Amino acid sequence: MLNRRNFLKYTLAGAAGLAVPAGIKASTGTAPAEPKKGDTRWIFLVDSTKCVGCGMCVKACKHENEIQYDLSVSRTWVERYVVTKDGKVHADSPKAARDGFTSQLIDQGHHGMETIKPGDIAKAFFVPKLCNHCENPACVQVCPVGATYQTKEGVVLVDRTWCIGCGYCIMACPYGVRFFHPVYHTAEKCTFCIHRLHAGLKPACVEACPFGARKIGNRLDPNDPVTRTVLEDKVQVLKEEFGTKPQVYYLGLSMEVK
Amino acid sequence: MVHGEIWTVKELFTYPNEFIYWSVQIVMYPFMTGLVAGAFVLSSLYHVFGIKELKDIARFALVFSFALLFVAPMPIMLHLQHPFRGINVIMTSHFTSAIAAFGIVFFAYAAIVASELWFLYRKHFVDNALALRQKQDKTSAEQLWYLLYNTLTLGAYDVSAKALHRDEKAIKVLAGAGIPVACFLHGYAGFIFGSVKANALWMTPLMPVIFIMSAIVSGIALCMLTYIVVMEIRKILIRRSRKRWEVTLEEVKGVEVHVVKMTSRYLILFLVLAITLELLDLIFRGYTAVKSWDVLRSVLFERDFYDIFIMQYGIGNLVPLILFLIPGLTIRRTVIGVLLVLFGVFMMRWNVVIGGQAFSLTFAGYMHYLLPIIPHDWETFKEGLFGAVGILLMPYVLFYFIAKVLPVFGDAKQEGH
Repeated sequence: MLNRRNFLKYTLAGAAGLAVPAGIKASTGTAPAEPKKGDTRWIFLVDSTKCVGCGMCVKACKHENEIQYDLSVSRTWVERYVVTKDGKVHADSPKAARDGFTSQLIDQGHHGMETIKPGDIAKAFFVPKLCNHCENPACVQVCPVGATYQTKEGVVLVDRTWCIGCGYCIMACPYGVRFFHPVYHTAEKCTFCIHRLHAGLKPACVEACPFGARKIGNRLDPNDPVTRTVLEDKVQVLKEEFGTKPQVYYLGLSMEVK
Repeated sequence: MVHGEIWTVKELFTYPNEFIYWSVQIVMYPFMTGLVAGAFVLSSLYHVFGIKELKDIARFALVFSFALLFVAPMPIMLHLQHPFRGINVIMTSHFTSAIAAFGIVFFAYAAIVASELWFLYRKHFVDNALALRQKQDKTSAEQLWYLLYNTLTLGAYDVSAKALHRDEKAIKVLAGAGIPVACFLHGYAGFIFGSVKANALWMTPLMPVIFIMSAIVSGIALCMLTYIVVMEIRKILIRRSRKRWEVTLEEVKGVEVHVVKMTSRYLILFLVLAITLELLDLIFRGYTAVKSWDVLRSVLFERDFYDIFIMQYGIGNLVPLILFLIPGLTIRRTVIGVLLVLFGVFMMRWNVVIGGQAFSLTFAGYMHYLLPIIPHDWETFKEGLFGAVGILLMPYVLFYFIAKVLPVFGDAKQEGH
């Protein structure tokens, strides 16, 4: 029965309920919760000259996105390239470099560890990798059920409730960023930490990088520092020949990078 | 452990997420659809082009194709991480994907085969239904047979000469329409691989055509093999008790050799076409030598040399070709030949599916596939030797039951139900 006490109670509760979303919007500041198409196109900038191979990004990603720490698969990883004076390229990414490159030995998989004398090295560098959130994603094209899709903000996601686990998208990705999630048994990949972006935060790997080698930006904002770097500086993308139009841009990429 | 890790050995530089994700069941999938398409094309050679020499095997090939048809999607179901969501491919097809067309192509093809079989066996259904209807004091088994045949007639009891002639016309039309659909069913399996631009070995427009040719080869070979086996069993049965059979041993022998000789000519024709296309692809890759050629060459000529050039081209193609080309073809030689041909086509599928994942996307590392033999969990069972062998045996199990309703040989009435 609606007496005066209940009337006041409901009115207060209703007013509070209306006020909450407004409060959230005010507190998150610049990042709107659901951007309209045309507002945002997330792009990523990797400055490979700044990467030291500490693996903090991989560690942060694994924790943030709950990818088992002991498994070799990861949504992001760091590659090490060692070019010797004879022109040979030696590369590895042991356990996706989640613990950083603490050994000078190069992991050759089944072939064991390769030792390179420091005197033979012509150059060595690290390259962080993640999903390129392509403009023309091959993985989205081949998904037979539409479980993987591109959002309005250009981010490529997987619907874990709809993926049938055929692995076609894993086969179609030229960058090898996809794998089967060991728990959900669905295709798994980097999401640019979209849950953090929508909360006004930066992706876990960006936040974790102590050297600023990883940055995220909005290509549709001409004043965004990342957009300005991509437009004004000399940047490259990976495996352009596949026509996927990758949206992770690299500064200081060397030709040896696979 | 991540899916694929247990059977993948990684060498040199590979990306952390790379494993052999498409394992033996994805080898079985094009192998089985290939057999379906091939068996159908063989039966159509008689129905459409009127190649009378193939009459005896045509009916058998069509029924066998129907049995194979149900097996074709099974490897996929065993491969899927979420098999119960497999229906989503049909419910929410995403048509930019080559796999999404599966439901449409598969059901279109199934409808054609089923209706062709119906026209072919309509008289048989009507005869049996009428005979059982008139029979007094039916046993419960006979009652069930009556119900089945009565349903299968679909209410069409007209078996006058005019009606049967119309049936034949319908069969011809369906068999003709079925050839492009069968080729499409399998050509599109080739397209699934050929359109993966990320995979240097798979990506070629020739892939669907190569798949169709080898499909027809394998379909004809399997039909010949099963035909010979069935005929040999009949010979044994005739030897034991002549009274039950209306044909003599010599007649059966004569028919068998004749049919096998005729069919083997078509086998040779399609085998030569398949080999030619595959070699063209190989030569073209070597000649153009794009970025991926270095790693492909090391896989083709070094790491997988034995699987490709000895097992597939040597034992699977060259040896049977010689066996078939030597004059005076015998049944025994044919059996060896078709077994080797089937093995060769299987190796071709293996070398495409597994070979395509033998090298890393980095072009600087390799992955080696270890087929799980002794299963220790569900995954190593279904994507291991046992799962693959189960799929290979399945068509025969289905054929056994289907042939009870749709007898494949002319004198089947004597065998009785």
